[in-house]
Amino acid sequence: MSDRDRYIPHTPDEVAHMLETIGAKSIDALFEPIPDELRLDRPLDLPAALSEQELTAELTALAARNANTDSHDWFLGAGTYAHFSPSAVDALIQRGEFLTAYTPYQAEISQGTLQAVFEWQTMMASLTGTEVANASMYDGASATAEAALMAMRLTRRSRVVLSAGLHPHYAEVVKSYLGGLDAVIEVAGLGEDGRSADLAGAIDEQTACLVVQRPNFFGCVEDLAGAAEAAHASGALLVVVVTESLSLALLPPPGALGADIVCGEAQSFGVPMSFGGPHVGFLATDQKRVRQMPGRLAGETVDSHGKRGFVLTLSTREQHIRRERATSNICTNQGLCLLTATIYLSLLGRVGLRRLAELNLAKAEYAKGRIRETPGLGLRYAAPTFNEFVVTVPDSAGRALERALAEGCVGGLDLAPHAPDLGPALLVCTTELASRDAIDRLVGALGAGAP
Amino acid sequence: MRPGANVTSGLAYEEPLIFELSRPGRVGYSLPASDVPAVDPAEVLGADHVRSDDPVLPELSEVDVVRHFTRLSTWNAAVDLGLYPLGSCTMKYNPRVNEKLARLPGFAGGHPLQPAALSQGFLELMVELENQLAEVSGMDRVSLQPAAGAQGELAGIMMIRAYHEQRGEHRSVVLVPDSAHGTNPASAALNSYDVETIPSGDDGILHPDAVSRAMTPEVAGIMLTNPNTLGLFEEHVARICEIVHAKGGLVYGDGANLNALMGIARPGDLGIDVMHFNLHKTFSTPHGGGGPGSGPVGVKNLLAPFLPVPMVRRLADSEGGGFGLDYEFPHSIGRLHGNFGNVGMFVRAFAYLRSLGPNGLRRCSEMAVLNANYLLARLRDVYHVAYDRPVMHECVLSDRNLEPTGITTMDVAKRLIDYGYHPPTIYFPLIVHGAIMIEPTESESLEGLDRFVETLRAIEREAREEPQLVRDAPHRTPHSRLDETRAARHPVLRWQPD
Repeated sequence: MSDRDRYIPHTPDEVAHMLETIGAKSIDALFEPIPDELRLDRPLDLPAALSEQELTAELTALAARNANTDSHDWFLGAGTYAHFSPSAVDALIQRGEFLTAYTPYQAEISQGTLQAVFEWQTMMASLTGTEVANASMYDGASATAEAALMAMRLTRRSRVVLSAGLHPHYAEVVKSYLGGLDAVIEVAGLGEDGRSADLAGAIDEQTACLVVQRPNFFGCVEDLAGAAEAAHASGALLVVVVTESLSLALLPPPGALGADIVCGEAQSFGVPMSFGGPHVGFLATDQKRVRQMPGRLAGETVDSHGKRGFVLTLSTREQHIRRERATSNICTNQGLCLLTATIYLSLLGRVGLRRLAELNLAKAEYAKGRIRETPGLGLRYAAPTFNEFVVTVPDSAGRALERALAEGCVGGLDLAPHAPDLGPALLVCTTELASRDAIDRLVGALGAGAP
Repeated sequence: MRPGANVTSGLAYEEPLIFELSRPGRVGYSLPASDVPAVDPAEVLGADHVRSDDPVLPELSEVDVVRHFTRLSTWNAAVDLGLYPLGSCTMKYNPRVNEKLARLPGFAGGHPLQPAALSQGFLELMVELENQLAEVSGMDRVSLQPAAGAQGELAGIMMIRAYHEQRGEHRSVVLVPDSAHGTNPASAALNSYDVETIPSGDDGILHPDAVSRAMTPEVAGIMLTNPNTLGLFEEHVARICEIVHAKGGLVYGDGANLNALMGIARPGDLGIDVMHFNLHKTFSTPHGGGGPGSGPVGVKNLLAPFLPVPMVRRLADSEGGGFGLDYEFPHSIGRLHGNFGNVGMFVRAFAYLRSLGPNGLRRCSEMAVLNANYLLARLRDVYHVAYDRPVMHECVLSDRNLEPTGITTMDVAKRLIDYGYHPPTIYFPLIVHGAIMIEPTESESLEGLDRFVETLRAIEREAREEPQLVRDAPHRTPHSRLDETRAARHPVLRWQPD
């Protein structure tokens, strides 16, 4: 035994006693089923173990080399959003009973997880304007791919039309997921005002679904009712993607505007950005489509004494029952992250979430006003936005971001790799974390490149 | 042995749904004073673009919310409370320091799209973790991107398909042993592959002749789990890999059971071409009530061109040094995750690897295997063992000996709850009727195992002497057995106001 074995309880005497009970001569003898020639004949070539103190020092040094929301003013969103989270959220998810449990297969001793999942399903169904939200997906991108697959199963069609305003990484993930199937993916155009255009022309009788993001990747609030009309006219389904879930508190619920499936990312609800994961994908739809839905579902029932309780249900859709005929291969989901979001939504509540969304809107409108009045800067699109928008800069996006950084700001996303036709442009996000002073500094820095 | 040996009666609170607790006017938040002018949403967005209904969210104070979720938590079994021997899930202890480190602002507060120059510590951690997983597994390259084991499988099968297609071959079948996890055939089917099931031998392992018979030019590959879901090492793995390779197929390794092999044998050395890791099993990241997991995928060099992008690598001095993203994989299967994967789990798994080092990892596997064999040795005279051979990290019992009593595996599982245990995995693998699949992991002490053994033996006695007691279990939980049939027949999937 050494202090490197702090996670393993066995003493040498105990090991000897256990080997004797088993009837094995040594630990090595336990591995006799592994043929000699298949065994590793050397120690693993890994760095030696660290004490907790040394480990903490090493990882703290690594972490210190990363910019973060504590070290900089933050204007970078594009699918991952910097929001404040109340302390109670993180304290509660660290309770060992939540943290160190697994999938609630055994309902009688998993009611805590199951009831929280049921509460999450209720909140997300309501926020999206649908009847059923599942117990989370890996992330918004894979949720979108699963929504496209679901639409293909429901319509028995194989063509998927993606709006040009869909997050480019989401579009890539949809392409990867559908790559092994007999599917065709097309991209519909973006109009001059930043919203999807000519959707009806992109959809035909073979189209399984139209995928539209709101607000879209460029921050613009899409016309979902129009998109629904275009999709439904050809018998296609409308999939609405939401990457900034806080917008759901302020914008009309997609389900009420004709969305058949609503999916996306709920990271904004108290989940740390954490370099992009773990976040929490969601997928929601109406009851009539639930049997083609991927992922886990908690449902209400009663126990043998008639008392209300919750179980995982409709699992005949799932891989552990249906194997190769399952609706998806998903098994583990993002349980602790959906719990995070559920606690966050419980604290913010009906009124707080709306007020927070309005604060985000006000910050963005202030920033847009400052940009409009700054020579050399412009707002690329005229469509309304929530907390994110495209700014054109006078010289180059790279230089503008460097100037912002010199002012202590991570200034937004250079759009050149994603939309080269835009010219020098940044996608800028202002959440409640952006102070007026920081916005002023950012705008000053971005505009400083004007001749 | 009596129920009180592992459990005690504590406070058991009733707790309604959070929506039922709501009181209009209560607040559980505080927003900063706005330093910008207020705006009218209808004016900014247009009246049609403003939400007019109230979402179903509660109105509660912070105290209400903290009590609600704390009370809910007390209804869960968890590793932190005791043995959680869920087979194939590796419910080992989750070190608290890993939680603390993942929450450092430089990890938790970073953004996936921030410039590489501002992310050097994070990128270095990714490269180091990839290298260490490659060494543990004997694979050449690792992508951390898949968000869970099943997505790692999907990535692996996609790479197998891309490999064959690049060679101009269109193979249509994937072989899966009858003992495999359900995700294996589901992942193959998501890639349009037909799944052909290969029967295990009478000894519970796969035999070369069975693979040989199925191995036609139509077969793209085989998905192996080793040790398999019976906890048995697939002794013929090397020969099976040869057979598959000789016909141009590839071998996928399901890494769910890697906890048996660390420092002892490496999948890459056995002939596996591509595998996934479960960071939430083998590398101690918490299971979180069903996730987040993390399912990195490792490959041999022949599949490296097909890895998901972006990859991360150390840059040469001529490139400016440091670490950067690498998209130069022209045959890549593309992207599977919106960002880099479940990064917070990378930090925890890396911290675990650094805490244990090569000797510690090997000791984990040794003690995990010792624990499983000890349980088997102490239970085999009472419970039927379908394949009674030395096991690796888990063992599979069944309810066959209980048949005369009418007590089933489900009853045993529910009765275990009364004694304070989370039940093992039950009715899996499918090839064992009434399977009880027990994985103690290395975290469990001798006295903990002895108590569990005595409990299982006591339940066997109860099955003979007081079967109704077992049939009606659990008796000591806030809820008795729940009606799953009703839940499925009349799905109620959300709360609605009256």
